[in-house]
Amino acid sequence: MKHLITTAGLDAAEIGNLLDVADHMAEINSRPVPKVPALRGRTVASVFFEDSTRTRLSFETAAKRLSADTMTFSASTSSLNKGESLRDTIETLSAMGVDAFVVRHKSSGVPEAVTQWTDAVVINAGDGWHQHPTQALLDAFTVTRSFGDGNTMQGRHIAIVGDIKHSRVARSCMDVFVKLGARVTAVAPSTLLPAGGLPGGVAVAHGIDDVVGECDVLYMLRMQRERMDSALVPELGEYSARFGLDPARAARLPAHSLVMHPGPMNRGVEMLVDPSHLPGSRILAQVANGVSVRMAVLFSLLGGAAAGLERGDS
Amino acid sequence: MAQKKRIVVKGGTVVNPGAVAPADVAIVDGLVVEVGQGLDGDDVLDATGCHVSSGFVDLHTHLREPGKEEAETIETGSRAAALGGYTAVVAMPNTDPAQDSVMVVEFVREQGRRAGLVDVHPAGCITVGRAGTALAPYASLAAAGVRIFTDDGNGVQDPLLMRRALEYARDLGVTLAQHCEVSRLTEGAVMHEGSCCSAMGVPGWPALAEELMLHRDIELVRLTGAPMHFLHLSTAGSVELVRRAKADGLPVTAEVTPHHLALDHELLAGWDPVFKVNPPLRTRGDIEALKQGVADGTIDAVATDHAPHAAHAKELPLDQAPPGMLGLETALGVLVTAVAPAPERLCELMSWNPARIAGIDDRHGRPVAPGEPANIAVWDTSEVWTVSRHALASRSTNTPYHGMELRGRNRHTIHDGRVVVRDRKALA
Amino acid sequence: MNPPSAHRETRILDADDIRRAVTRISHEIVERNRDAGALVVIGIQTGGVWIAEQIAANISVIEEGRTVALGTVDVSMYRDDISLRPVVPAAPTSVPCDLTGATVVLVDNVLYTGRTVRAALEALNDHGRPRAVQLAVIVDRGHRELPIRPDYVGKNVPTHMADDVTVGPDGVVISTTMEVSAG
Repeated sequence: MKHLITTAGLDAAEIGNLLDVADHMAEINSRPVPKVPALRGRTVASVFFEDSTRTRLSFETAAKRLSADTMTFSASTSSLNKGESLRDTIETLSAMGVDAFVVRHKSSGVPEAVTQWTDAVVINAGDGWHQHPTQALLDAFTVTRSFGDGNTMQGRHIAIVGDIKHSRVARSCMDVFVKLGARVTAVAPSTLLPAGGLPGGVAVAHGIDDVVGECDVLYMLRMQRERMDSALVPELGEYSARFGLDPARAARLPAHSLVMHPGPMNRGVEMLVDPSHLPGSRILAQVANGVSVRMAVLFSLLGGAAAGLERGDS
Repeated sequence: MAQKKRIVVKGGTVVNPGAVAPADVAIVDGLVVEVGQGLDGDDVLDATGCHVSSGFVDLHTHLREPGKEEAETIETGSRAAALGGYTAVVAMPNTDPAQDSVMVVEFVREQGRRAGLVDVHPAGCITVGRAGTALAPYASLAAAGVRIFTDDGNGVQDPLLMRRALEYARDLGVTLAQHCEVSRLTEGAVMHEGSCCSAMGVPGWPALAEELMLHRDIELVRLTGAPMHFLHLSTAGSVELVRRAKADGLPVTAEVTPHHLALDHELLAGWDPVFKVNPPLRTRGDIEALKQGVADGTIDAVATDHAPHAAHAKELPLDQAPPGMLGLETALGVLVTAVAPAPERLCELMSWNPARIAGIDDRHGRPVAPGEPANIAVWDTSEVWTVSRHALASRSTNTPYHGMELRGRNRHTIHDGRVVVRDRKALA
Repeated sequence: MNPPSAHRETRILDADDIRRAVTRISHEIVERNRDAGALVVIGIQTGGVWIAEQIAANISVIEEGRTVALGTVDVSMYRDDISLRPVVPAAPTSVPCDLTGATVVLVDNVLYTGRTVRAALEALNDHGRPRAVQLAVIVDRGHRELPIRPDYVGKNVPTHMADDVTVGPDGVVISTTMEVSAG
């Protein structure tokens, strides 16, 4: 694995390895001094063409805890004149000596394109509706560690509720969860499901009530208000009534069930209940695990098998 | 010049409607003067192993001049066309300014004459500025020699306007050509709506968007009786709609591009904008249906939709990169490789039918016979060659066939009695 | 064509030897740290962990009543050769208490270049400031690249750099691969 662009290239064993490394990182993060010298002298550039303070801070925290140097390039795509200087930006930063690019862009496929313009490692921090691989990995980490299931999701039923069609999180999560053996249900109106169909192994439901009584994980997606504009759903109230998590539905969740959300939450739309009142809420754990998993990704890509010299001195 | 030079194309097989036979062809002063055995002349072109036919006619070329000369000029595009075996191209009107006025149309025609490699026939716009709101002045454009009108790049969305356009055009004996796309169904679309686009997380271009407008326009043809040509059809459903319209005797014609016969939407999975085109690459099933339409005559013509784009434009993210790919220099090879039509059918698709649809069959798509204008292509369906984007005459390099092996290539082109391509090399 | 090579394995310690060496080292540790206060035995992941466990068990038998804390340390994040070779973290670090003021006995199976021990010393720093750190190894095979020496050694074994030394509860084996000259 040279880059992390999509989860599609990872098999269950590789995902499991990353989760194991994330266990290490979680231990480091629990120390009084949560910092190790592993990536001393390495430079990680976060290149965010689309604003996402949370994801950027998570990656930068991860890099710093591994002692990497960080640099930040933030630009709204509009100021970049329709992305014209994308290639120039990457080549310029590369020339400064960047070992890894963490790339976020509103257009699907940009991180893949970036790999052509630099020798550095490229990590996708979310591209368009396409992929958000570290989110899926941190979610898999959160689910498996919460249940003590090792690196498998076998026998777990995960319902992903909301705007699947426009969600890079959903695309990455469906892929990873299915690979780890989970039963996955996409819960959305047909207008918010991809027109070309869902990946193999993912079932469909058209109301949250169909899943809330029996799922192990209820994974809520953010419902964006812009979706009202293009006739995808009639109005937010109707969306909330069919797909929102309200106190009555929360009460029907099995006792062991987890509630997750990739953030930022839309209170009053998909979340009609305060998650801090839900015993199964793992929403803050997801954020904490995000740092551990991103440390694992950075370490595996930057500290990993560069030269392939043999192991075993003491 | 005291004596007229006699050019002889020697050793090839001449393809004419209903007659494919070995013969030499002699040309003097822009006309074919003799077709027969054992001819000799001042300038002999070897046609051994080749077919000799009327030059190809491209119904669908974007030459980019005026407005986007960094991508292509009329001269570079003409050279690419001549290398591909074309002796005439219809220049699409989405230039800047658009070809909706006599002045722009005459500029394009004149630049074509100046390049002197192929006949450049500007198409007019259906609506002013291709904006879809007001009819362009067909009569004055027709008087300036424009025979075919299209808003290509945009479909005419307004059904009332389209009805009026057909009624008005019918009186003038010109043909309207539609880019079938209901734009409300393709907002932001990047590629074919199917499993691939859903996995990639990009907005899809549903087959329905093409078929809906095609269906509407076929009904408008039924209503108005005006002839209509359908550009770059890409779906199985479209082939079926045209098949039925023809069975009903309606005056409709249709083209497909080489790339829709050869490439499918899964190529986009590598995110390379070189495969982004409008209409988008479709499924294997669509490709098979298009091939069937080519074979059974439902499809009248193969047209390139040659759409050059400068390298920096194709380096944009897939959703922002402009659609379009080069086609003039590879069309014959792709058609032969993908479909392998018999020589006569190939000439129908590439020369005879497009010349008639473009309204230029007085000088193009003619039989190779004494007294006819000497617009001739000499092509080899057995030559195997590898496409290199660096070896193309076009000013741009956005060919989807880079590195691909093709069978079939044009060897010589004679335009208006002059050898403009000799042994795969264009005149300087 | 690869040159012809010969492979030879020599068992230099058997299971009894190992058990005796670990017992002796345990006694030496007790001897040397009679008044040392808190004693923490930390095995380096993964080869030193089982030895540290035995040493800790031995000490609590030798000195009845004395509690010996046991921990492990993974040094992969502290190595100086990250990116020169594949580094795969073995198992997480587990340090049972703040090490400030404690006497730490760091345990590994083989002492070679000293780089692993250097990394372990740095790793321990993140868990407090020990009063002293001592080093116990089963085999010292030489070829040091850093100024590090063990406090407790099971056996000094001269080796070639190309040799492979394997240490387990059932013994120590040296594998030697020699190129055989054509003459």
